[in-house]
Amino acid sequence: MSTVAEKRGFLAVLWDYLTTVDHKKIAILYLVSGGFFFLVGGIEAMLIRIQLAIPDNDFVSAGLYNELLTMHGTTMIFLAAMPLLFAFMNAVVPLQIGARDVAFPFLNSLGFWLFFFGGIFLNLSWFLGGAPDAGWTSYASLSLASPGHGIDFYVLGLQISGAGTLIAGINFLVTIINMRAPGMTYMRMPLFTWSTFVASALILFAFPPLTVGLFLMLFDRMFGANFFDVTMGGNTIIWEHLFWIFGHPEVYILILPAFGIFSDIISTFSKKRLFGYAAMVFATVLIGFLGFMVWAHHMFTTGLGPTANAIFAVATMAIAVPTGVKIFNWLLTMWGGSIRFTTPMLYAVAFIPSFVAGGVTGVMLASAAADYQYHDSYFVVAHFHYVIIGGVVLGLLAGTHFYWPKMFGTMLNETLGKITFWLFLIGFHGTFFIQHFLGLMGMPRRIWKFLPNQGLDLFNMISTVGAFFMALAVIVLLYNVVITQIKNVRVGNDPWGDGRTLEWAIPSPPPYYNFKQLPLVRGLDPLWIEKMEGRKEMTPAEPLGDIHMPNNSFIPFVMSLGLFIAAFGAMYQVDWRASDGADYVWSIPVLIIGMLITIGSMAVRSLKDDHGYHIHKEELMDDHDDKGGRE
Amino acid sequence: MKEGFNKAMKNGLKKWRFLPLFAAMAFILSGCGEPFLSTLQPAGEVAQKQFNLMMLSVAIMVLVIIVVAIVYVIAITKFRRSKLGDDFIPKQVEGSHRLEVIWTVIPIILLLILAVPTVALTFELGDQSGMEAEDEEGNREALVIDVRANLYWWEFAYPDQGVVTAQDLVVPTDQNVYFNVIASDVKHSFWIPAVGGKIDTNVDNMNTFYLNFDGEKAEEANNLFYGKCAELCGPSHALMDFKVQTMSQEDFDGWIAAMQESAESEQDFENDTVADGFAVFEEQGCIGCHAVDPTQQIGSSAGPNLTNFGERSYTAGILDNEDSDEVHAENIQNWIRNADVLKPGNTMGGYNEDDLSDEDLDALTEYLMSLKVYSE
Repeated sequence: MSTVAEKRGFLAVLWDYLTTVDHKKIAILYLVSGGFFFLVGGIEAMLIRIQLAIPDNDFVSAGLYNELLTMHGTTMIFLAAMPLLFAFMNAVVPLQIGARDVAFPFLNSLGFWLFFFGGIFLNLSWFLGGAPDAGWTSYASLSLASPGHGIDFYVLGLQISGAGTLIAGINFLVTIINMRAPGMTYMRMPLFTWSTFVASALILFAFPPLTVGLFLMLFDRMFGANFFDVTMGGNTIIWEHLFWIFGHPEVYILILPAFGIFSDIISTFSKKRLFGYAAMVFATVLIGFLGFMVWAHHMFTTGLGPTANAIFAVATMAIAVPTGVKIFNWLLTMWGGSIRFTTPMLYAVAFIPSFVAGGVTGVMLASAAADYQYHDSYFVVAHFHYVIIGGVVLGLLAGTHFYWPKMFGTMLNETLGKITFWLFLIGFHGTFFIQHFLGLMGMPRRIWKFLPNQGLDLFNMISTVGAFFMALAVIVLLYNVVITQIKNVRVGNDPWGDGRTLEWAIPSPPPYYNFKQLPLVRGLDPLWIEKMEGRKEMTPAEPLGDIHMPNNSFIPFVMSLGLFIAAFGAMYQVDWRASDGADYVWSIPVLIIGMLITIGSMAVRSLKDDHGYHIHKEELMDDHDDKGGRE
Repeated sequence: MKEGFNKAMKNGLKKWRFLPLFAAMAFILSGCGEPFLSTLQPAGEVAQKQFNLMMLSVAIMVLVIIVVAIVYVIAITKFRRSKLGDDFIPKQVEGSHRLEVIWTVIPIILLLILAVPTVALTFELGDQSGMEAEDEEGNREALVIDVRANLYWWEFAYPDQGVVTAQDLVVPTDQNVYFNVIASDVKHSFWIPAVGGKIDTNVDNMNTFYLNFDGEKAEEANNLFYGKCAELCGPSHALMDFKVQTMSQEDFDGWIAAMQESAESEQDFENDTVADGFAVFEEQGCIGCHAVDPTQQIGSSAGPNLTNFGERSYTAGILDNEDSDEVHAENIQNWIRNADVLKPGNTMGGYNEDDLSDEDLDALTEYLMSLKVYSE
């Protein structure tokens, strides 16, 4: 997108992005593909709301509706929210800790391509006989009964993209542990880095249960195993446990980085260090820890018995305490500060009451005996959209505006940004606030249509109108992105003027090696400390020297492509064995070829040494700081 | 509504500090929804207790929101840079131990206030011992109903009375009714919002819970509550409704007796059309899936039992029969012709003119409407 890139021609740029191991470019890859899936999931959401605008509507058919609701949830969680968070983690975390890249640049690329091919595979189901239709939770009895290949797409697609997520999580853990600049102790790390660290730890422990669950289902559906088949001695409740042991930490994997983004934004635009930094860090860790203790609150009505329900109810309520601590610390950070209402700050300010509303309904849901009424009703739909949109999506939109200059070197238009903000905020509350009442008035969730004369008509219509406001907001944002990149007005190191952390000490976008000399960190908010002492830049921690850089590689792409191909073979071999074999006889060879491509590229990677290259001191001296720009 | 309000008040008194909030909440929310469907107009002991717990949590949460809102509004109005000027450098406060202790301890106390009644009610609702209570002769005292969820329809059996019905659950008011619930095919969830929370009908195991249908409240809802499937179960999940007819214990005994009697009595057709209809019912093979014998064992037929089909409030759980016999007949014909459209994915499918002539359909409808055991 930079002018330099345009000169190089489209194919060269494409090849560069296919092979890149640079965290900043991988961030852009995550942003673009996550943004694409966000639009896809958004269109699915609009179709859902149009269908539910009036009673007894036949805008979409019953089967299609279930596919839409399944793909909306799955896409938004796995293919939109997580990659968009990874976009900001990749773009910002190495800069915030003063590193030249992540610990494993090759793995970083592999993680992205696995996610990408998994997501594409999942969405190809729309064109290849029908999407999954058992909800994003894919409860076992229903998913095993589901005809066609929809659920197979779900299982294989998530398995592939889940591996990518796990790899990315491990990479960030290692990066944050090992790659911090001199003086960047744990308790000096910005909150976004801290929350990335905790979220990555959650990924490490939460994704394996999902992988196990998906493998069991894969074997049930594709190879005739009976893990979840009750008539053969299987048990469907096991799937519920496996899914939610993953699924509950998953929501913290999403929300914690959003908390981190907001912490940095609030502190930046209040011109004040984060109030109660140590408490904030502790609360983040505690939320992550407790997140693993509460999964059964999704199963209060499954029939686990009062003892289990009571224990999980109290454990769930306990999470409200560290979350409350965070809310008050944000408020007190603003208190006594000097607040500037930029677009990112508007999102942060709107996030606080929105998230409090989502949080309190969370506590209500934790109350097991009352949850028997809320469970699987629109009350739950309202609750999780309040935390996921009010928390995660507002965080992503805030992050988009806040970090855009650092990622692209241009500033999104503030006026358009504020228009987007107001449209989105009004639309969000309009859509979801009323759904609390719909649920309490007896409307179950995941229903294709509702019949008239049940008192549900008016509120559903209001909800649909709200959804159109959100859609409009997204269109304005897209327009903003386009005109900003066309105008291409370049900005300096610290375009917001209030930057406190290391990423604002280097050019926007940073040179491909990030820091010419690693900075010396002298406390929390290192750039702010230097600014207060009248300096504009960080003090270097090392003399100018050669920088070791990794080579670009096409292998991650090929490795992921192999799994993508193999997945088709694995899926259609069921038909090959079931029918007379004429149509799908290619499936087993395709499975084998795909696996060979992956294993072969792993072998190449293992056997062929790749030592990277060095940027020499002399080149760095020629390179002026103010030039910036990617390669 | 008034009694619920009073109960809410009484419950609120124990937590005197929430009283005004609590009362206001209960009053506002109880206006929401329809009395036959809304959890906010509880029509039974279970729903009432759950409603009270809801109101307690709402009150606590509103309290929290008010505190946050006050700090929030002051912070974002008082500390704007446009007022303070660009040169103002705020004091870089590290934190405050005292404040942090306050906003850790107070939420813990608030949560305890909610946690204690939550745990108590969870155990109370989880206690199914009343199901086993026996009188001197060794007969079970409480009414037990077996519920079987099938793809888009519900089967209800009264094991102690030896009676089965479907789609319209018939229950006596003002006593605990115990339910054993299970699913035949995929997981569903059994929910009568106005009367109490839901319980999943698993495929793996039988779940047990109880509800209590309040006589007075039931009258407000015309003795007919809506029941829902609350767990995604396939294309027609949204249409897997059932209805609950409530009646006094006396009437209920009469209903049971009538059902039992209908099993023993000989087929007796009112007129020739009805007799023709029965012939169609047999020829078309309807009887293969739909028993008209209330003693049929639960779970043994592929479709709903039709013993008292002519008395059901809704056809197939979704087409309202209340208006008149004409509407009722139309509903039945509409269902037989278009079952696959009205409930996509159901196993009956539609019967077009080739499958079933208009004449036969009329006769069949007449026969189906004559399937009455209790009302005349």
